[in-house]
Amino acid sequence: MSTITEKESFSQSLINSLQAQGYSNDSQARKVAFEELKKLGLPEAKSEEYKFTPITRILSKSFDAKELVTESIASEAKVEDRLLSEFPENVVVFSNGRYDESQSSLKAVKGLTILPLKQAINEKSEIIETHFKNFPRSKDPFGLLNAAGWQDGLFVHVEKNIAVSSPLVVINQHDTNEGKVSSHSRLLVLIEQSAEFSIIEKTNTNGTLPAFHSLNEEIKVQANASFKYYKIQNDPGELVQVSNTTIYQENSSRTDTYTFTLDGKLIRNNLSILIDGEGCESHFFGLYLTKGEALVDNHTVVDHMKPNSFSNELYKGLMDEKSKGVFNGKIYVRPHAQKTNAFQSNRNILLSDTATINTKPQLEIWADDVKCSHGCTTGQLDEEALFYLQSRGIPKSTAKAMLLYAFAGEVLEAITDEKLRDYIDGVVSERLHKNF
Amino acid sequence: MSKDNQVLEEFTSKEYEHGWTVNLEADSAPKGLNEDIVRFISAKKNEPEWLLEWRLKAYRHWTTMKEPRWPNVTYPAINYQDIIYYSAPKQKVQPKSLEDVDPELIKTFEKLGISLTEQKRLTGVAVDAVIDSVSVATTFKEKLGELGIIFCSFSEAVREHPELVKKYLGSVVPPNDNYFAALNSAVFSDGSFCYIPKGVKCPMELSTYFRINAANTGQFERTLIVAEEASYVSYLEGCTAPMRDENQLHAAVVELYAMKDAEIKYSTVQNWYPGDKNGKGGIYNFVTKRGLCAGDHSKISWTQVETGSAITWKYPSCILKGDYSSGEFYSVAVTNNFQQADTGTKMIHIGKNSKSRVVSKGISAGKSQNSYRGQVHILKRAENARNFSQCDSLLMGDQCGAHTFPYIDVENKSAHVEHEATTSKIGEDQIFYCLQRGIDEEAAVALIVNGYAKEVLKQLPMEFAVEAQKLLALTLEGSVG
Repeated sequence: MSTITEKESFSQSLINSLQAQGYSNDSQARKVAFEELKKLGLPEAKSEEYKFTPITRILSKSFDAKELVTESIASEAKVEDRLLSEFPENVVVFSNGRYDESQSSLKAVKGLTILPLKQAINEKSEIIETHFKNFPRSKDPFGLLNAAGWQDGLFVHVEKNIAVSSPLVVINQHDTNEGKVSSHSRLLVLIEQSAEFSIIEKTNTNGTLPAFHSLNEEIKVQANASFKYYKIQNDPGELVQVSNTTIYQENSSRTDTYTFTLDGKLIRNNLSILIDGEGCESHFFGLYLTKGEALVDNHTVVDHMKPNSFSNELYKGLMDEKSKGVFNGKIYVRPHAQKTNAFQSNRNILLSDTATINTKPQLEIWADDVKCSHGCTTGQLDEEALFYLQSRGIPKSTAKAMLLYAFAGEVLEAITDEKLRDYIDGVVSERLHKNF
Repeated sequence: MSKDNQVLEEFTSKEYEHGWTVNLEADSAPKGLNEDIVRFISAKKNEPEWLLEWRLKAYRHWTTMKEPRWPNVTYPAINYQDIIYYSAPKQKVQPKSLEDVDPELIKTFEKLGISLTEQKRLTGVAVDAVIDSVSVATTFKEKLGELGIIFCSFSEAVREHPELVKKYLGSVVPPNDNYFAALNSAVFSDGSFCYIPKGVKCPMELSTYFRINAANTGQFERTLIVAEEASYVSYLEGCTAPMRDENQLHAAVVELYAMKDAEIKYSTVQNWYPGDKNGKGGIYNFVTKRGLCAGDHSKISWTQVETGSAITWKYPSCILKGDYSSGEFYSVAVTNNFQQADTGTKMIHIGKNSKSRVVSKGISAGKSQNSYRGQVHILKRAENARNFSQCDSLLMGDQCGAHTFPYIDVENKSAHVEHEATTSKIGEDQIFYCLQRGIDEEAAVALIVNGYAKEVLKQLPMEFAVEAQKLLALTLEGSVG
């Protein structure tokens, strides 16, 4: 009984601290989000959306509620990542939640605006108002927490017919050597008609103290535009991260989303794709490799609101040691969204007796002329394939890594950018050969 | 061909055919629910003290529980004080044989096409008939008795075999399991009890036929089937109710208990009154069904054809405790007009090498909502567990919905779990092919639907399969075009 009251008080004192911060007086949007959060509170143990992810309990163990909403100490740690040398053109770094101008480098591209969010709200208020005022908000408690208490962020605007060839790299760096870190960042992206753009978003955590990161991303992809989004999460240690990514698609647009989760204490990704146009295409891929006591929770929603669109989802996971994988994939097909084709597949391999996977592929369909399917499997490595490789003189550990790499390959192959594929391929295969 | 047409004609022109009522004098409890009602029911049945205590405990627990709201169905709040919890057709004396049974009752069952007269051995099915709340007749009792099989009404079992009832009652579905199981445990009035001794293969299908007759009543029956080591039984359950404007509540509990090497096959053709075209009336079918494969190599198989009920909400489940035990679930759920169904299964793998198979076929038409909700849970010690699930949905019309909520929780690496689901409508090319060959659209739909559901229908015993096929077509009548 005592644990329950403790949890309630954690949620309550978080809300109180947030109110004391005074953010919610800044703008109407923050206020609305704060009020909703006040009603909802942080997810409790039995909450359906966080059934297998006891996030409130885990947070309350490593943080005081106040620490979660207080701005963390500034850090000047240098970002060291091969990604920066591969894609040096457009780089934005957030250090402990703050926009880090010294480490960011932006090349002037015609028709592309990248600004810190606070500056953009002052200078580009009209565009933000038009496109994001009524943007479908995340109803996730941490999405609301972010919307009410975000500290810094980024605004990206790609104008009509502009195809930006090199991707924007966004690094969220957390340096916990000096103390615990909690940051709330926000990203608004507007891609106008027939424009093309891509973003690589990565979190880097140094140090061993707890870190919390909430990230809200609102992305609007207008007619005929194309958008690619890569998310790389590879943070050994104590990072708890909740991202709420909402992509809103208009007529004939196309999006490709890739989520790679290689490490982290508790990672929760809420990815929603709202297809509010005809002739849209949406592909989303995920790969999660977990070990230790990591918990990786991917919740995806694809909401078909208009007819004649296509979505395809493939998520694959490898769970080792005491780690836990959670997958929930929802496909909604609204009434009148006829001729929708929606496919989803989730495949998992458990590598140890203490690893678990909870998966829930979910279809909710209100239109009749559709083709929808989902498939989901859980198993272990094929003993016969393993034996075959061993019988050819390949050591068991190498054989295992080869098979796991082949399993992950299906997702890696889907990356179209060659440089990025090599980079991620390198990270994944290093990990597979070393750890499994 | 002409005969086929006749059959088609026959069932496509029919509406709900069991909608009549008979004037049976009934002995009922007053409306409402409190401890006195529980005592009243228990006293009516001359129950021993321990059972009354058991009921009261369940009732007290029920008062602390909240009605669950998580299923994907909507209905106005049920007033539990506005239901008659006990209603029995009045009989002067306890019937010793069929001759003593009220002829009106026998007629009722004849109208339903169920023979209670043992002379009609052709049917080869032993029947326990339950009307409103009480079992009225059980056939073939003596013949089964020779083999040591006990097949009787629940009240009789309490009287004659209290030690068995006491041992197994609530062992699979504990009285505090869920809201409706607790309610049932408090007020259950009758049901069927079946016990198959060691090594006996039950030579005939056992069957219970449920009918709600009286108005404003709820039906709360309990079925308990115990299969001892290496025994086998196949059990059928059928249900109908008259057409009434108000909604009636049916909250039953079915418990199956299979020992080592035993096999229980449980089939249901559920044809409760689904309500009229505007969604008025109909039965709320909130049932808890669960089987326990307690021994190694035991097997439990559920087959259900769900066509009736305004709201269906049930998950026949298997707890696979024994090593090498296996569970099966085959389901066809059809919803039309304003019906809502949230049904599926739970397969809990505890034993090593346990395996399960789930085949669910949902068909929604009209303005109905049809959901599959299932869980496959592989526990840590369930080495080499194997599961295959397939749930397909067929949509007919653009105002209905089909939903799938499968939960797959795996805690053992050697498990092999597969889940597949598809949603689609009947292909225009399929219909066109039939039309081309002179089969009209309605018949073509019936044909395609039957083909779609065949995997499940073929699991049903012969007599039921025919009935189920007709029911399918009947329920979907008028939903095309």
